[in-house]
Amino acid sequence: MQRAIIEPNPTSPADSKAASAAMSGSLPMQHPNSVAAEVRSLCKTYNAGTPRAHEALKDVNLSIRANEFFTLLGPSGCGKTTLLRILGGFEMLTSGVCRIFGEDVSRLPPEARPVNTVFQQYALFPHMTVRRNIAFGLEMLGKPKAEVERTVDRMLDLVHMREYADRRPDTMSGGQRQRVALARALAPQPKLLLLDEPLSALDLKLRQKMRLELKSLQRETGITFVFVTHDQEEALAMSDRVAVISNGRLQQVGTPEDIYEQPQSRFVADFIGESNLVEARVARCIGGEAALDVEGFGQVHAPVAQRVEVGQKVWLSIRPERLVLGAGHSDGQATASIADRTYLGNAVEYHLRAGEHALTARSPRGGLRGRQDFAPGDAVSLGFEPGSIKVLLS
Amino acid sequence: MSARPLALSSRIPPGLAHAGLLWPSLGIILVFMVAPIAIMLTYSFLVPGAYGGVEWTFSTGAYEQILFERDFLDDSLTFTPDYLIIVARSLLQATVATALCLVISVPTAYYIATRSERVKNIWLFLITIPYWVNLLIRTIALLFVLRDDGPINSALLDLGVIGQPLALSYNGFAISLGLIYSFLPFMVLPLYSAFERFDFRLLEAAYDLYASRRTAFFRIVLPVMRPGLIAGSLLVFIPSVGSYLAPDILGGGKTLMIGNLIGTQFQGARNWPFGAALSMILLTITLIVLLWLARRAAQQQSN
Repeated sequence: MQRAIIEPNPTSPADSKAASAAMSGSLPMQHPNSVAAEVRSLCKTYNAGTPRAHEALKDVNLSIRANEFFTLLGPSGCGKTTLLRILGGFEMLTSGVCRIFGEDVSRLPPEARPVNTVFQQYALFPHMTVRRNIAFGLEMLGKPKAEVERTVDRMLDLVHMREYADRRPDTMSGGQRQRVALARALAPQPKLLLLDEPLSALDLKLRQKMRLELKSLQRETGITFVFVTHDQEEALAMSDRVAVISNGRLQQVGTPEDIYEQPQSRFVADFIGESNLVEARVARCIGGEAALDVEGFGQVHAPVAQRVEVGQKVWLSIRPERLVLGAGHSDGQATASIADRTYLGNAVEYHLRAGEHALTARSPRGGLRGRQDFAPGDAVSLGFEPGSIKVLLS
Repeated sequence: MSARPLALSSRIPPGLAHAGLLWPSLGIILVFMVAPIAIMLTYSFLVPGAYGGVEWTFSTGAYEQILFERDFLDDSLTFTPDYLIIVARSLLQATVATALCLVISVPTAYYIATRSERVKNIWLFLITIPYWVNLLIRTIALLFVLRDDGPINSALLDLGVIGQPLALSYNGFAISLGLIYSFLPFMVLPLYSAFERFDFRLLEAAYDLYASRRTAFFRIVLPVMRPGLIAGSLLVFIPSVGSYLAPDILGGGKTLMIGNLIGTQFQGARNWPFGAALSMILLTITLIVLLWLARRAAQQQSN
């Protein structure tokens, strides 16, 4: 993990904010490989020392690179919002350290951090027009009036809200407020933009549209985005890298492909996309390839990256779309029977019974283009695409 | 039998049925507010009777009397500021009381509104406790606390902090204190409910955008709470301007306010038209304040 490249003269946070505010849609001044934010051994306990003590984050280590779209993903209550609020300065960490562009900000209040936030319910100032909302941060930084107005105009254009400049937030739709919140947070040119489930209040169509807009906005501005969501689809679609958090612990960090294709735990395999999880026992392990006994459908082979012992209990994860169904029985292959068939429009989903196990297989437009369709009651053989079985130790 | 009233009411159009709900209060306002004001307005344009009451002769004399003194020898009018000073003093006392109530209530209301549900209720309960006692009794009690041989002065004298009792009662200070004491909850409660509705994420947003605590308070908290501030201020200011008890008891009747002046006209001075005219002036002042605020609120809305 690289350490941050610290700017030549470490000025006060407010000054360094001001320095970075020279944006004109061009690339920011950050080194492309530098670390935008990092937390080390971070713990957060609410009501510490009382019977109601709650450990929201447990020993989290994380580095967010400059210019990346980084997503904190996890179910509600997992601690992802707490982590974001610690980065923003709205919560104080209990132990550990939090650095933003190399500077230890663990004890700094929000107003002293080069960070801006898009809040979940937007938190737009209701008594101010869109223009005044966007101008607020710049005014607080003491920018000259002309510059404030210029920047606000540019922000209004950036989020396509020019014609709403003199409206008040309460006269606008959720999507419009969302854009204003974005413009307000971007206007002071933060080094780091925090987004707390900003799309969760929007309807599906708008959400999908805003995903693309957010992503392109991030590329245009070059600002590091830290995005919190519980929606895995959102995370996969927008992020450069994703951190999966569960129960206050970091589960896995990686690109969307990594997270989806190479889950390292049952939690990640199950939470990201869908997964068939079956228990197995190691029968043999030679040269990174293991033979695994699965009760009910015999032996399967899969590569293992970690050291495993013969007889060790592990879990296998197979994505529904990588489970290949064949007609009838064939030698040496696991078999199952179709319990149910669900038509999904762009795919057909089969619910299978294989001994004790309930499995799901998904086939793109089953029955068409040479793919065989099955009906409930049919007996099928189970095939696995090469590399489709992931062996999970936890 | 029980179905009959239901069937009847269902034949009344819903709009009218709802309007019907207002009739009792409309009736009360008509009988106990509009009618007395009409009577006062009429009386203010009549001539005082010799032993109280009025004579039914039209005259603007009562209003002239506010600004001018009629020489009883040659009937000439000379300007006198005496009554204007009383009106000004009333406005000043009420303004000071309102301002001090604001300063005291903002932190109090903020504190209460940010407590847990259980603690909140305890505080609200505590705030209302003194108001279970009649205002007159409370005002007299306050006088006992403030007077020369009251607990404050005795304690300070015994401790040797002062050699002579402080003049705490029978002056403007005592009146201000009385007004604040009387009307403080009318400020605390609307502010409390405004703070309670206040979205504290707005504060986080302000800090996030580099506002200091101070700036966030003045640029975000106060403007968003405007309706609560205005409601509280009106609830303190309006009864303060016309207050009768505090100046009468705590001021010792020496420093007159408009409420006492009006009272005197109907009792000792037996000049009912003058009292009615003063009441009309007081009412006009109140209406001007209300209209001014309503206009500002409307402007705010349209901006």
